[in-house]
Amino acid sequence: MNTSARAKNRNFRWGLLFFLAPVCLWLFLLIVLPHIDLLIMSFRAENDMGDMVWSLSNYRNFFEEPVYWLTYVRTAIYSVLVTFLTFCITLPLAFYITKVVCPRYQGFLTILLLMPFWVSELVRVYGWMILLRESGVVNHFLLKIGLLNQPIEMLYRDTTMVLGLVYTSMLFMVVPLISVLESLDDSLIEAAHDLGANTWSILFKIIIPHATPGIVSGSIVVFMLTLGNYLTPNLMGGKNSLWFTEQIYNQFIASFNWNQGSAFGFLLLIISSLIVWLGLTLSRQKLGKVVQ
Amino acid sequence: MKIDLSVQHVTKTYADFTAVDDVSFQVETGRFFSILGPSGCGKTTLLRMIAGLSEPDSGKIEIRARDMAGIPPNRRPVNLIFQNLALFPMMDVAENIAFGLHRRGEGKAVIHKKVSAILERVDLAGFETKKIEQLSGGQKQRVAIARCLVLEPAVLLLDEPLGALDLKLREQMKVELKKLQAKVGTTFVYITHDQSEALVMSDHVAVMNQGVFQQMDTPQNLYNHPRTPFVARFVGDNNAWAGRVNSSDGKTVSIETNDGFTFQVLSDQSFQPGEPVDLFLRPEAMLIQPDEAIADLNRFEVVVKSLLFDGANSRLLVNPLKTGTELLIALPQNRQYDYVRRDDKIEVGWAKTSGLCFPKIET
Amino acid sequence: MIRTLPQSRGYSFGFKLYMLVYFTFLFAPLVITCVLAFNDSQFPSLPWKGFTLEWFTADLPHRVGIFHDRINLDSIWVSLKVASFVTLLAVGVGTCGAFLFEQEEFRYKQLLYFLMISPLVIPGVILGISILMFSTTLGLYFEQSWNLDVALFRPGVWLVVLGQFSFIATLVTLVVSARLKKFDRTLEEAAMNLGANRFEVIWYITLRFLRPAIIGSGAVAFLMSFENFNTTLFLVGSEATLPINLYLQVRDGSTPVINAISFLLILGTSLLALVSSLVAKKSDQAT
Repeated sequence: MNTSARAKNRNFRWGLLFFLAPVCLWLFLLIVLPHIDLLIMSFRAENDMGDMVWSLSNYRNFFEEPVYWLTYVRTAIYSVLVTFLTFCITLPLAFYITKVVCPRYQGFLTILLLMPFWVSELVRVYGWMILLRESGVVNHFLLKIGLLNQPIEMLYRDTTMVLGLVYTSMLFMVVPLISVLESLDDSLIEAAHDLGANTWSILFKIIIPHATPGIVSGSIVVFMLTLGNYLTPNLMGGKNSLWFTEQIYNQFIASFNWNQGSAFGFLLLIISSLIVWLGLTLSRQKLGKVVQ
Repeated sequence: MKIDLSVQHVTKTYADFTAVDDVSFQVETGRFFSILGPSGCGKTTLLRMIAGLSEPDSGKIEIRARDMAGIPPNRRPVNLIFQNLALFPMMDVAENIAFGLHRRGEGKAVIHKKVSAILERVDLAGFETKKIEQLSGGQKQRVAIARCLVLEPAVLLLDEPLGALDLKLREQMKVELKKLQAKVGTTFVYITHDQSEALVMSDHVAVMNQGVFQQMDTPQNLYNHPRTPFVARFVGDNNAWAGRVNSSDGKTVSIETNDGFTFQVLSDQSFQPGEPVDLFLRPEAMLIQPDEAIADLNRFEVVVKSLLFDGANSRLLVNPLKTGTELLIALPQNRQYDYVRRDDKIEVGWAKTSGLCFPKIET
Repeated sequence: MIRTLPQSRGYSFGFKLYMLVYFTFLFAPLVITCVLAFNDSQFPSLPWKGFTLEWFTADLPHRVGIFHDRINLDSIWVSLKVASFVTLLAVGVGTCGAFLFEQEEFRYKQLLYFLMISPLVIPGVILGISILMFSTTLGLYFEQSWNLDVALFRPGVWLVVLGQFSFIATLVTLVVSARLKKFDRTLEEAAMNLGANRFEVIWYITLRFLRPAIIGSGAVAFLMSFENFNTTLFLVGSEATLPINLYLQVRDGSTPVINAISFLLILGTSLLALVSSLVAKKSDQAT
């Protein structure tokens, strides 16, 4: 290598450093090290003498206390259910907007669709609360038209919580679905129709296989957000801490048992990674591809 | 004559192959110099090294007698017209042209004057505030050239700038570019895979293949006296006919083709009897039904397989009698040969000065 | 099936009905929230008792409108402050990240890329607690080793900024990367060839090309930060951000002031969304 090439090389490294330094600071200080710390803390506990020692007791507590692991399983199952429901609700919608409606209304409908999601989740949950609670608007109308003669409490039920979670997550499913359906060539559907396929076989043989990357990326985001959601289960799902994030919050803020909370946090991380990995494997997709 | 660009023994190797292999050449001031070669021959790599976008592994590049080693591209007195032109879409025409002047820190008034002067020169006066996407292909071309010329470079490098244009416009731009070069007098180094562009515009052409200069010459010499079989094949159309040497006396070579014809060719090279060779015949070197009176012609009979009408470039596709060899013969459109039909048997002849003979290369 | 194919009447009617139900479902909570902001009642519920602006403007003993509500105004101010810093940081680092992953080659790039997208699959709550613990660990360490009390390591505005930045930067990186992928790198070479140095190339050419993506991702970053709850919940100190503050009020019983704030939020975010999508569209056309 002659001098000029070396000089150029040094220049190049300079530019690299300029971009690399902030990114490394970010990823190591805010992602890697905190999570290592979280892992370490989850294996530390007070012994009988009141000293901090290495211990598995945080994890043992989790398995020995049914409330903990039942909430854990419940959270995971409900998150999968919410993801599936969200998909079922938004697929026809995305299909209608990309393929059926007159192109003139397409942009308008898309904006209309996205508008509510720019608004804070808290406001949306609050809206549902004033609609559904005992003194809420829905009850008011049902009483007025005589369907009910006694107001009923619609909040604080699992169905209501699932409704709230689906409502909160719809955007993250509908956006990838719209973009993946936009890339589906209309002529494929026309050709299938021409070859004698009916609506259902077009849906399962053409549309869903093509949309798989979008479905997977939407599902991952919806699943993650649902699993990690705190607001909606807390405000719409009752006061008895039946969502796993609430258990974590309780450990951290109410009991001030950070080590136990770290163990819970890690368990949540494990289940989320596990289910995401399972979803990716079953649909034969790659994370790096899907997030784009 | 002053030398603007001198390239000495430049080599560039990538991981698994040598892109440019010990290339040397010089370009005099004000010349139009072309490097002609198929895609992947190393011509773009060579151009990028001159522009400073990559550095040679060994060898020296001098511009106006100044060694360019280690000088970054933004400090070299050369400018490059990119294959896709690389006009900045976020700027208008004037901003594009002024970009380099701004980088030099020239004053606003000077820049304004220079921009309108150069626009006038490329016949785009008044186009200052046009957006790039509003321009036609030919206008973009001229903006790209103006953007470089306004900096008054020692050498202007052009990387197949006509490649993206359609045929008609390309023909027109060839002439325009040559006229423009003559008008501004800047040294042009032009690379292309299109032999017609190189032949029409250039003072000198270097034919490049697999990282090596095959021949560097005037367009006329390249066409009439190719020095390697590659040049013979690549520059203009040629029929190649495989055969073996019967005898060779250092002046005339007697060749027997693999399908049994015997021809005489003039050549200053000497060959061993029995040596495999390729015989090259230009389509226009072969005369259809030559006059009996012309002596010293290699004559043979062919069957017309097909008439390929293409205006002034019309040809006959023929098989020499009882063979499967395919030859192309120029068919002058002076109505003299209108009687030729498919499956006709006709006589063809060529002078031994117009054939070329090279040792066979394995391909 | 699709618009080019003939469709039965039932099919298109079914779809239209579905859309109607869906959009009702989508907008009902927001519309009702806004409407009740103007109800002249002590509670955010029907019946309608007449139109009033008092939940915005009043400063009465029993009814304090949002414009005089110190606590809520303060929390809005905190949120704005946090969101501005997060946006600045995330856009800066995210743009660096986009350049790093799109234009540079180095060892362990794949590993670093994986780390960069990992915040997408880490629940916000966990980001919150891990950063809270790590900062506490660091704080303890500094205090014991050098007897230094570093304010940054205690829950508060700066920790909230860092916590939100940790995942919003990923979003910015991905958005800017997507645009950078479409960038024709010969433009950079052309600029360099015309005499620009590396800095000028990035400033005049690449960043100008990226501008729509940077503005768009900046707007999204601002909103995400402004509305973040999960991560903020654990990092917030004495100065509550607006979502935290609203959460506490909603949990412990609500007054129409919350509707008034919600109305303003809906108005503000819709405007921001509209403006940013217009800007993005306009500069997209320009390039």
